[in-house]
Amino acid sequence: MIKTLIGSVRQYKARAILTPLIMVGESAMEILIPWVMTYLIGVIENAGESGLTSADFAMIARYGGIMFLMACVSLTCGVLGGRFASQASAGFAANLREDMYERIQTYSFANIDRFSASSLITRMTTDVTNVQTAFQMCIRILVRAPILFLFASIMSFVIAPQIAWIFLIGAVILAVVVALLMQKVQPNFRQMFKKYDKLNSVAQENLTGIRVVKAYVLENEEIEKYRQATQAVYDYSVRAEKILVVVTPLAQAVIYATTLVLLAVGGVQIIRNGLQVSDLTGLLSYCTQIFSGIMTVTMVLNFIAMSRPAMERIAEVLREESTIKNPADPVFEVTDGSVDFEGVSFSYSGREDNCVLHDIDLHIRSGETIGVIGGTGSSKSTLVSLIPRLYDVTEGRVKVGGRDVREYDLESLRNAVAMVLQKNVLFSGSIAENLRWGKEDATQEELENAARLACADEFIRQLPGQYDYDLGQGGVNVSGGQKQRLCIARALLKNPKVLILDDSTSAVDMKTDAKIRSALREHAPEVTKIIIAQRVASVQDADRILVLDGGRVTAFGGHEQLLRESEIYRTIYETQNGGNCNGAAE
Amino acid sequence: MAQLNNMMRMGKGVRFAVAYHGDGKGIFKRIMRYLLADHKGIFCLACVLIVFSAVASIGIASFLGIFVDRFITPLRGAEAPDYRGFIGALCFLGGIYFVGSLSNFLYNRIMVSVAQGTLKRMRNEMFSHMQRLPLRFFDTNTHGDLMSCYTNDTDVMRQMLSQTIPQIISSTISVIGVFSMMVFYSVGLTLLTLVFVSVMFLVTRKIAKKSGGYFIKQQSALGRENGFIEEMLSGQKVVKVFCHEARAKARFRELNEELRFNASQANSLSNIIGPISNQVGYLQYIAVAFVAALLAMSRSVLALSPYGWANGLGGALSLGAIVSFLNLVRSFNMPIQQVTQQFNSIVQAFAGAERIFAVLDAVPEDEGGTVTLAKAEEHDGVLEERRDGTIWVWKIPGKNGFRYERLRGEIRFYGVTFGYEKEKTVLHDISLYAEPGQKIAFVGSTGAGKTTITNLINRFYDIQSGTITYDGINIRDIRKADLRHSLGTVLQDTHLFTGTILENIRYSRLDATEEECVEAARLAGADPFIRSLPQGYDTVITADGANLSQGQRQLLSIARAMASHCPVLVLDEATSSVDTRTEAIIEQGLDKLMEGRTVFVIAHRLSTVRNAQAIMVLEHGRIIERGNHEQLLEQKGKYYELYTGKFELD
Repeated sequence: MIKTLIGSVRQYKARAILTPLIMVGESAMEILIPWVMTYLIGVIENAGESGLTSADFAMIARYGGIMFLMACVSLTCGVLGGRFASQASAGFAANLREDMYERIQTYSFANIDRFSASSLITRMTTDVTNVQTAFQMCIRILVRAPILFLFASIMSFVIAPQIAWIFLIGAVILAVVVALLMQKVQPNFRQMFKKYDKLNSVAQENLTGIRVVKAYVLENEEIEKYRQATQAVYDYSVRAEKILVVVTPLAQAVIYATTLVLLAVGGVQIIRNGLQVSDLTGLLSYCTQIFSGIMTVTMVLNFIAMSRPAMERIAEVLREESTIKNPADPVFEVTDGSVDFEGVSFSYSGREDNCVLHDIDLHIRSGETIGVIGGTGSSKSTLVSLIPRLYDVTEGRVKVGGRDVREYDLESLRNAVAMVLQKNVLFSGSIAENLRWGKEDATQEELENAARLACADEFIRQLPGQYDYDLGQGGVNVSGGQKQRLCIARALLKNPKVLILDDSTSAVDMKTDAKIRSALREHAPEVTKIIIAQRVASVQDADRILVLDGGRVTAFGGHEQLLRESEIYRTIYETQNGGNCNGAAE
Repeated sequence: MAQLNNMMRMGKGVRFAVAYHGDGKGIFKRIMRYLLADHKGIFCLACVLIVFSAVASIGIASFLGIFVDRFITPLRGAEAPDYRGFIGALCFLGGIYFVGSLSNFLYNRIMVSVAQGTLKRMRNEMFSHMQRLPLRFFDTNTHGDLMSCYTNDTDVMRQMLSQTIPQIISSTISVIGVFSMMVFYSVGLTLLTLVFVSVMFLVTRKIAKKSGGYFIKQQSALGRENGFIEEMLSGQKVVKVFCHEARAKARFRELNEELRFNASQANSLSNIIGPISNQVGYLQYIAVAFVAALLAMSRSVLALSPYGWANGLGGALSLGAIVSFLNLVRSFNMPIQQVTQQFNSIVQAFAGAERIFAVLDAVPEDEGGTVTLAKAEEHDGVLEERRDGTIWVWKIPGKNGFRYERLRGEIRFYGVTFGYEKEKTVLHDISLYAEPGQKIAFVGSTGAGKTTITNLINRFYDIQSGTITYDGINIRDIRKADLRHSLGTVLQDTHLFTGTILENIRYSRLDATEEECVEAARLAGADPFIRSLPQGYDTVITADGANLSQGQRQLLSIARAMASHCPVLVLDEATSSVDTRTEAIIEQGLDKLMEGRTVFVIAHRLSTVRNAQAIMVLEHGRIIERGNHEQLLEQKGKYYELYTGKFELD
C-alpha cells in the first residue's frame, strides 16, 4: 500500500529526501547553540570577584560570534526545510489527486458502481488531505524529533557522562507511558469520529429533508435525535480527551522528577567537586528537548496510524483495474445504426446465477424507432446500457453496425451511440458549454439546431443571457423538464448513429414530448432511436415496441399488434388510457 | 496534546473561514456568554489553576538559579557539608513541581468538559433554532454553508475554547511574571529585550499576514477543486457516455495545480515562522549577553538594576544578575511565540462564531394561530373533547371558552396571490374549493405554480393577499403544528431518513402500530418490494435511501403519508417514477383509504389525474381551465393539448 502511494511522489522526490537531511542540520544547531550558551554563561560565572576583564569580554564576543553563525546556519536550514517540506507534501497531494482522478477516468460503469460516487469524492478530498498532513509530518517532524533526542542525549553524555544516564531512564519511562496512553486513546478517538459522523449526518439529513420534517411537524423529535447525537459526541470526546490531557502533565511530571533527581545527584557531585556548575545547568537545558522529542515521535506515529485507513482507501482507487478495456486492434468506424443482441444474458455481479437479463435476441435495423416499455425493475435501462458498452455482456454478444461492440474503439463506439441516461446530469457552466459536451467545436447554429429538435430552444431564449445562461452546479438553475431537454440536445449534437433515450422525457409534458419525437422522426430519420418510457403515448408511434418483463423480452412488434398479442402491453395501455378515451388519444 | 487532537481532526473539516467582518469584541463577549452559561464556577476554578501552573513554572525557572547559588555552591569543597538546607530546598522544589503538574492536569481536565460542554450547548441551540426557521431561510442559504456551521465552524470554536483561551491566560501570566523579574534584574536590558520582541512580533505578523493571504487562496482553490470533484464524479457516468474524460482531466489539472501552488506557498510561509522567531530569540540572547557584559565591565548605572541597588552596587549589574537575566530571556520568548501562534486560530474562531451567530440570529417561523387539533367524541350531536376520542376536531378559542368544529378536510382558496419574492408573483388570484371526499388535480407545465399551491396550504410560505380556509377557519388562525398534522404530504423530492423502512413509514405518525404501517405499505403498493428485501421492514436505509430506486423511494413516501391517516392528502408528483401498473394499485389503495377525505394531486401523467373530480389547469400562475376529465377534453383547450399531444403536430 505504502509503495503504491509513494509512487506518486515523483518530481518531489528530491525535496522529500532533502527535507529530513536539512532538518538534521537544524536539529544539530538547535542542540549546539545552548551548548555554546553554557560556555558563554560559564565565562561570566567564572569571572570571579574581580569582575569581567577584557579577556572575558573577548571570550563572550567569540562565543556570541559562534552562536550567531550557528543561528544563521540554523535559520537557513529551518527555512529551506520548511519550504521543501511544504512543497513536497503539497506536490505529493496534488500528484495523488491527479493520479486518482486519471485512474477514475479509466473506470468502467461497473468500477464506478463498486465504489459509488460519494465514496470516490471522500477519497479524493478528505483522505488526501489527511495523507498530505501525515506525509509532511513524516518528512519534517518524524526525522527531526528523534535526531533532536539523539543529539541532546549525545551532548548530555559529552558534558556529564556520570549523570546523563538519569535522562535515559526518564526517557524510557516517558516513552512507555505515552505509548500506552496513545494505545488507549486510539479506539476512543475512532469511536468519537464515528459519533461525530453520525452527528453530522443527522444535521445533513435535516437540511435536505427540512420540508418533510416540517410537513410532519417532527421538529421536536428531530431536535431530540440531534441532542442524543451531541450527547454521544460529548461523552466520547470527553472520554478520549480525558486520557489525552493526562499526557502533558504526566510528561511534565516526568521532566520535573528527572530534574529533581538530576539536581540531587548533580548537586552532590558538585559539592564533592566532581562536576562543574555550568555542566549541570547545561544538562538541565537539554531536558525539555529530550522529552519533547520523545513525545512528538509517539504522537506523530500515532497520527500516522490513524491515517492508515485513508491511505488504504486511496491505494484501493489507484490499484483498481478497469473492467472494460479498449481492444488491442480496435475498429474506429461504426458503419450504420443497426443493433443486434444475440443470446445476451447479463448480470451485474458477473455471476450467471443472478442474471437480470436473460437470453435476449433482438435485431434492430438502422434508422428504426424502437420503444421499450416494462414495469419497474424489468431491466430496461440495463438492456440499453449494453449497446454503448457501458457494461460487458455476461453471455452472448451485442453488435452495433454488424460488429461486436467489444471490437470497437470505446470512444468511437460511444460517439456513435449517444445515450441520454435516466439519471442525467448537467454541469456548472453555461448552456452552450454544456451542449458542447456533445460536440466540442459546435457552432452556435448547430447548438440552436439541436436545441430546437429537443424543444429546448424556446425556453433557452427566454432565459437571461440565452445560451450563455449559467446552469449552476448540477444544473440547478433549470427545472427537471428543461434539464431533460438540454440533455437530449446535448446527445443530439454528437450526431450519433444510434440515439438512446432512457426515460428522458418523464418530466416533460405530453405535448412537448410528442413534439420532440416527431422532430426526431423528421430531422434524424437515419438515426436508430431507442426510447425507454413509462408512458405508452411516448412509444406507441414507434416502428416497433419491445415489452420487457423480468429481464426477458415478452413481446416485440407494432402498437396494434401488441394490443392484440401482449397481455402486459394491453394492461399498461389500459391503465393509462382508461379504455374510454381512445378517441382522444388517437 | 491538544495538538494531537488537532492533527487527528485535520482533513475532517475542509473549508475554514479565514476572516471575520463584525466587531471582535461583541463576538468574544458572546462566546464567553456561552462558555459561562453552564460552567461559570468550574471555569473560574480552571483560570485559578492556570495561574497556579504558570506561577509554578516561573517560580521553578527563577528558583533553579537561586538553588545552585545558595544551596550547592556554598557547600562546595566543605569537609562535612551540611545537606539539610540542600535537601530542604529540593523538597521545596519538589513541592512546586507537584503543584505545577497537578494544576496543569486539573485545568486541562476541566477545560475538556468546559469546551465540549460549550460546544454541545452551541450545537444543540443551533440545531433547535434551525428547526424553527422558516423555509425561506433554507431557500436563501445553501446546505453546504449551513453544514459548515455544524462542522468547520464548531471545530475552530473547539480549538479556541480548549486551547487558545487557556494558552493566552497562561502565557500572559508567564510573560508578566518573567517580565517583572527581568525588570527587577535590569531595566536597561529589559528595554533591549523588548526591542527584539517587537522585531519578532513585526516579522511574525508580516509573514503570518502573507501566508494568511495564501491560506485564503488555498481555501478557495480547495473549495473550487472539491466542488469540481464532487460535481464531476457524481456525473462520472455522463462523462463516460460523452467521452469527456480528456477535457475533464485538463480542467482538473488546472485546478489541481492552482491548489498545489497556493497550499505550497501558504505552508512554506507558516513553516518558516518558527525557525525565524527562534533565530531572532538567539540574536536577542547574544545581544543581551554583549550589552550585559559591557555594562558590567564599565559598572554602568545604565543597566538600571534594582537588584544592583538592593545589593549595594548602585544600578550596576552583578554577574549573578547577568546569568539570571540571560536565563530569563530564554523563558521570556517561549510564551510570546505561543501567543503569536494563536493569532490565526483566534481569527478563524471568530469567523466561525460569527457565522454560527448569524444562524442563531435568524428570525424563526411564528407559531401560527390559536386554533388547535383535538380529539373528541360525539354525543347527541354535541362534540365533547376527550383524549381517547375517535374524531378529530378543531378546538377554536372564543370569548366563552372553546368551540369545537369537526375536522372534515374542506379547503378553499379565495383570491390567493403569492410570490416567493415580493416583486415576482407566482400565483395570481387563485380561487378553488375542495370538498371532503374530492380528488383535486393540478396540471400544467413546469413552473406554472402547482407545487406552490400545496406549499401555501401547509403554510410553508405565507400568502400576500387573499384567504385560505380549512373547514371554514382561516389557516392563519390555526396553530402551524396542528395545521401540518392534519395534512399528509408527499413532496416532489422524496426524502427518507436513515433508519429502518418501518421507522420511515412511521415517521408521519409516531404512534402508528406495525400493522398499520404494513397496511399503509400494502395500500401504497410498496409491500411486495419491501418483502423482497433481505430484512424486509427492518431493512436499514442509508442516507437518503441511496440503495433504493427512485420509484421505490416514492412508494415509501406514499406509504409514509398514508400511515398518517390525515383527512387531507397532498401528492406532489408522487408517482412520477413509478410504472403505471403499480400506480394503478396505489390509486385503488388511495380510493379506499381516502373515502370521504380530500386529496390534492399534482402530476404530469394523464393516468394519475384522470379520475379526479376536479382538474385545474394552471398556466403562469393562473387557473385557465377547470372541470373533470371528460369536460376538459370536450373543451379542446390547453388540457386537451397537453394530454393528447396531437394539437400542434403535423
